[in-house]
Amino acid sequence: MGSQNFKIAAVIVSLLVLLIIVPYCNSFVVLLATRALVFAILAMSLDILLGFTGLASLGQAAYFGVGAYLTAILANNYGFGLKWDFWLMIPIGMAVGGALAAFFGLFAIRATGTYFLMITLALGQCVWGLAYRWNSMTGGDNGITMKGGRPQFGIDLTSDINFFYLTFGFFVATLLALYILVRSPFGKSLLGIRERELRMRILGYNVWLHKYVAFIIAGAFGGLSGVLWAHANGIVTPETVVLTTSVDALLMTVLGGAGTLVGGAIGSAIVFGLREYVSTLVPWWQYVLGGVYVLTILYLPTGLMGIPGRIRQWRNSQTKRETTKMAPAPS
Amino acid sequence: MKSASRKIQSILMGTAVAVGLGLSAPAGAEELRIGYLAPLTGGLAQTGIDMRDGFLLYLDQHGNKLGGMDVKLIIEDEQGKGDVAVTKAKKLVLQDKVHMLIGGVLASTGYALAPVSTELKTMYIPSIPAADDLTQRQLKNFPYLIRTSWSSSQPNHPLGQWACDQGYKKIVTIAADYAFGYETVGGFQKAFEDCGGKIIQKIWPPLGAKDFGPFIPTIKADADAVFSLMVGPMPAQFIKQMRGAGFKKPIIGGGTSYDEFVLPFMGDEAVGDVSALHYSAALQTPENEAFVKAYRAKFGKVPSYYSENNYTTAMWLDEALKKTGGKWPGAEELIKIMVGIKLDKTPRGPVSFDDMRNPVQNIYIKKVEKKKMFGYDKDELWNTVIKTYPNVDQFWTYGKDKFLAQPVYDKNFPPCKFCE
Repeated sequence: MGSQNFKIAAVIVSLLVLLIIVPYCNSFVVLLATRALVFAILAMSLDILLGFTGLASLGQAAYFGVGAYLTAILANNYGFGLKWDFWLMIPIGMAVGGALAAFFGLFAIRATGTYFLMITLALGQCVWGLAYRWNSMTGGDNGITMKGGRPQFGIDLTSDINFFYLTFGFFVATLLALYILVRSPFGKSLLGIRERELRMRILGYNVWLHKYVAFIIAGAFGGLSGVLWAHANGIVTPETVVLTTSVDALLMTVLGGAGTLVGGAIGSAIVFGLREYVSTLVPWWQYVLGGVYVLTILYLPTGLMGIPGRIRQWRNSQTKRETTKMAPAPS
Repeated sequence: MKSASRKIQSILMGTAVAVGLGLSAPAGAEELRIGYLAPLTGGLAQTGIDMRDGFLLYLDQHGNKLGGMDVKLIIEDEQGKGDVAVTKAKKLVLQDKVHMLIGGVLASTGYALAPVSTELKTMYIPSIPAADDLTQRQLKNFPYLIRTSWSSSQPNHPLGQWACDQGYKKIVTIAADYAFGYETVGGFQKAFEDCGGKIIQKIWPPLGAKDFGPFIPTIKADADAVFSLMVGPMPAQFIKQMRGAGFKKPIIGGGTSYDEFVLPFMGDEAVGDVSALHYSAALQTPENEAFVKAYRAKFGKVPSYYSENNYTTAMWLDEALKKTGGKWPGAEELIKIMVGIKLDKTPRGPVSFDDMRNPVQNIYIKKVEKKKMFGYDKDELWNTVIKTYPNVDQFWTYGKDKFLAQPVYDKNFPPCKFCE
């Protein structure tokens, strides 16, 4: 329990440090931090499926995409969501993400493992195809530029700093909500499904329903990140919904450590740091990113969040070896 | 407790490093800082490299100066994605404090970057992105934008006229299914039908398609010719498969179907095909010959329009900054100066701006031929110019007001009246 409290304290301290330091960085860093936080929300939503339910989904960009497209379309065509009604846009985005997940879940939840991966991939690509082909609504490959800028309601979100604070707030709220969720009895039963689905079924749990609900929750938070992304980026294109976005979210989660929630945030920070920042410094940034992925999967299958555990394990084995070495000495 | 403090220490150190990296360098005085955006990784990397090399060649030939100002060129990889381009553009403006942004390849990237230039009040030159509306119906939203390249439909209006003059009556179009394809086909269809021709079928394979097997058999048999618009890896495959399937009629195409970028990947099957663009590497002018030779000597390949457009962009900036006496005049002022400059000796021929900041330039109708040029000793494919339409603007013969009154070319505009 002590280690759990320590972990919570570490997360709170890092969040505070982030909150204090980022505003003093140059505006490009603020921009990147904002984007990384949006993707952190997406990665955490995926973690509910991947880390806590054991469902590797390759379609998380779909909910991200509908959230973003809906925000852009409503803002551009109806001027909706640019004043105080931005606060309505948040639940609407979540509802649409959740509704799409509820629909997709009907097809996807039947499958497990690779088949689940493939079905979610296919469904995600359907949304991409729609974004790409439905020209009159989505602007095709040109995407939608948010003409009205960011919302203003007393607080001027067009300022990058203010928008960073807002995104930070949503990030913390999401982290808290998902943390409570995974600690709840419902979250525990998801863990049970991840570990041994058959046993849970025999114990009388409705496994399908549990997975389905988890899928919808993940979709809803995916939608939330989409709403924020539309405003963070100012433009929504099919690139937003494309397969690589789903893969990015998956890699971020794995990189940071699946089943840890904050792992997704760490992964997101690293991927954004390498892809968007290091790429401005060196032309061979792709090797760095690729190297990090490969090394993580080879040596840290539990992700970066698994490092302390690994060290502890290693120390324990060291002391064990020492004691075994020392044991025969007195004789 | 000891391990706790150590952990916190390491977190703090990590953030300190991150902050240190974020500090920006102070700017010099008489320095022109240009933020250059091109895809250097991903599927469009080769186009991006062509663009960059064109710009670099001009700087190299002029002692890294434009109009007396020392150029600090900061090149960023936009990866061919609008999202990334926006991020990188903001980095260039906010962190590197560049005076202007140049580049982007895709029309979508142009649409993504233009609002950024407005938001950050920074000059933006789409040196390749050709989306019509950037300098047409949406120009009023982009006061800091000036285009040195072309608009998608610009070369295709003359090509439609030319096709009609050849006596073609019925044409089938087959084009990549995205905005650039719509605008290219739209321009061609408009001019061709206004002259009395008929587009009898429009086929839209997806962007990036490499297998045209499902589309080729559906081409109507009574067509006199096919008009194609292919991009990236599509053109070489398309021609090979069309001719391989026994299609004997003429094939004509939008510029990117046959530009110098794809010619080296094509075989003899492309010989005789006709396309239209505002540049051909086979132009027989002293300026172009010198450009092709210098470019090929330095980079080992024939320049494409991607290279030429960026070379000319640098030349245009050079002339404009000469008029300010080597001082940065501010974005609005420089654009004002630039639109007044007419260049006579660019590789692509004489260029000037219309009043919506898009170039007025020659459009070349080009035929693919296998021959030797400029003293190179091998037989290669070249885009021989067979007809020049001089000083074509983006509104063709329709006039600005009438042209802008119609909607932007789209999948369904102009409507396909003769399809059934």
